[in-house]
Amino acid sequence: MKYQTQKIALAYMGTALGLFAIQVLMGLIIGWIYVQPNFLSELLPFNIGRMLHTNALIVWLILGFFGAAYFLIPEESEREIHSPFLAYLQLAILVVGTLGAVLTYTFNLFEGNILLGKDGREFLEQPLWVKGGIVVAALIFLFNVSMTVLKGRKTAITNILLLGLWGLALLFLFAFYNPGNLALDKQYWWYVVHLWVEGVWELIMAAILAYLMLKLTGVDREVVEKWLYVIVALSLFSGILGTGHHYYWIGTPGYWQWIGSIFSSLEVIPFFAMMAFAFVMVWKGRRDHPNKAALLWSLGCATLAFFGAGVWGFLHTLHGVNFYTHGTQITAAHGHLAFFGAYVSLNLAIMSYAFPMLRGRDPYNQVLNMASFWLMSGGMVFMTFTLTFAGTVQTHLQRVMGMAYMEVQDQLWLFYVMRFGSGVAVVLGAGLFIYALAMPRREVVARAVAAE
Amino acid sequence: MRETMTKSMARNIFYGGSLFFIAIFLGLSAQSHRYIVTTSTNAETLTPSVVAGKRIWEQKACIDCHTIIGEGAYFAPELSNVMTRWGIEPGDHAGAKDALAAWMGAMPSGVEGRRQMPHFDLTDAQYQDLADFLLWVDTIDTQGWPPNDAG
Repeated sequence: MKYQTQKIALAYMGTALGLFAIQVLMGLIIGWIYVQPNFLSELLPFNIGRMLHTNALIVWLILGFFGAAYFLIPEESEREIHSPFLAYLQLAILVVGTLGAVLTYTFNLFEGNILLGKDGREFLEQPLWVKGGIVVAALIFLFNVSMTVLKGRKTAITNILLLGLWGLALLFLFAFYNPGNLALDKQYWWYVVHLWVEGVWELIMAAILAYLMLKLTGVDREVVEKWLYVIVALSLFSGILGTGHHYYWIGTPGYWQWIGSIFSSLEVIPFFAMMAFAFVMVWKGRRDHPNKAALLWSLGCATLAFFGAGVWGFLHTLHGVNFYTHGTQITAAHGHLAFFGAYVSLNLAIMSYAFPMLRGRDPYNQVLNMASFWLMSGGMVFMTFTLTFAGTVQTHLQRVMGMAYMEVQDQLWLFYVMRFGSGVAVVLGAGLFIYALAMPRREVVARAVAAE
Repeated sequence: MRETMTKSMARNIFYGGSLFFIAIFLGLSAQSHRYIVTTSTNAETLTPSVVAGKRIWEQKACIDCHTIIGEGAYFAPELSNVMTRWGIEPGDHAGAKDALAAWMGAMPSGVEGRRQMPHFDLTDAQYQDLADFLLWVDTIDTQGWPPNDAG
């Protein structure tokens, strides 16, 4: 760690990991409700648990992005963060907002109040005052990192990262536009949701991945940054009009069926490029970096993102297919592996890389960390398979045969049991990961060859 | 690629191309907005009651169990066509309210092994708003989706 203010990242990443634990535990609970529907039905209705599961995910991923930015921007721009105080203030605002949202939903506070109460639009459920807090925190962040970058060295990595984070904050403003017309509401809701995860978040992902490749493989910066521009160009060229795959059946014009099918099919390409990029860099690189866990997570991220976001996305993106699969467990299958592969793994990769440095010690805990990778990834892949099978059966029975929803769900019970089992593996893996970063103070498995 | 494309070329393609696609997207967005307001949805039947019903839909976080026009959680049935499924005529506001109030009032069923819907204490007027919202959503022209009444 060359710069003192990189330490800020530790607070962000630590908070993110805490929320990660809450997210997967809540996932386990609602996964169990699918198996045993009476579980906690009075105390914690499914919708509340589900809101906490998805929102904890979103908030911790974004906290992880902020942490990654605070970690890599000083190194890239070769100067300290403009104001550490503002960085911690920003974190405090986000933590207060998150706690506020959790308490509001868990105890159903201020129901009906437009400012303080529940505001259930999917993924944008945060009460209005929390949304305001998020905007303030984002503005503080953008000011802080932009000032740092403007005064320091400008690289393609910081350019793309900042572009992604600016886009993230600006697109969030559409969360405040909530017309009474549901179709219009949906049209702009996707401005936030789609243009985040299949637009600007991909810029953030590519930038962080490029940074990791630069550090872990020792490949020339010129090469890495050229790839980076090519990848993000592919992301936005396909992803922006790819929004069309959400505009098939919500009251938008029919031409989106063609635009959406064509451009969202192309969305596979940037994910393939990221995977190819990561593997080629590792093969070409001559550096034998001691942090094998960070390398494993980076390669795993690129690979699982390709399958989860790319292949599983393509699986149901053509409008002729989507007409039948829209809003079934197929969507859930894709959502789980896409988020895990692209954004969870990415965050865990940069954390695996940064934590040993932030805590001023060697990467001791490689074996535990790598075991957690296989446990979590294996669990997520199995979960994706179970949900895909569930979704296939559901699509056929409900959308083709016209069988009633609840009758069909009864047929899927066994898949939900297996999904719960894979969820247990993921929770254990997440626990092991957190333990591996936080606890061991010496090598768990001694290296065969003594360090030179 | 090393010989044929430099970093600055890649950068220019990224910025130029992105602006190009953003411009197309914004143009189509504006057209879609107009299409929704004038063609696929009915502004005249979008009454204050429908808007109030949408607000109830949001306050109770219904979307975190149900889907509506295919979006939401996948734990409970699709609701954009629930009134069709129940056989309620589009203009039958009183019938829609009665059916909805009867259904929601009986929740949670408490039946062992069956998914439980929470009990929501809605007033008569709120049931009417929510029913009007669901009736209105059922009239959106969604290019023929869902494939059948099962939703």
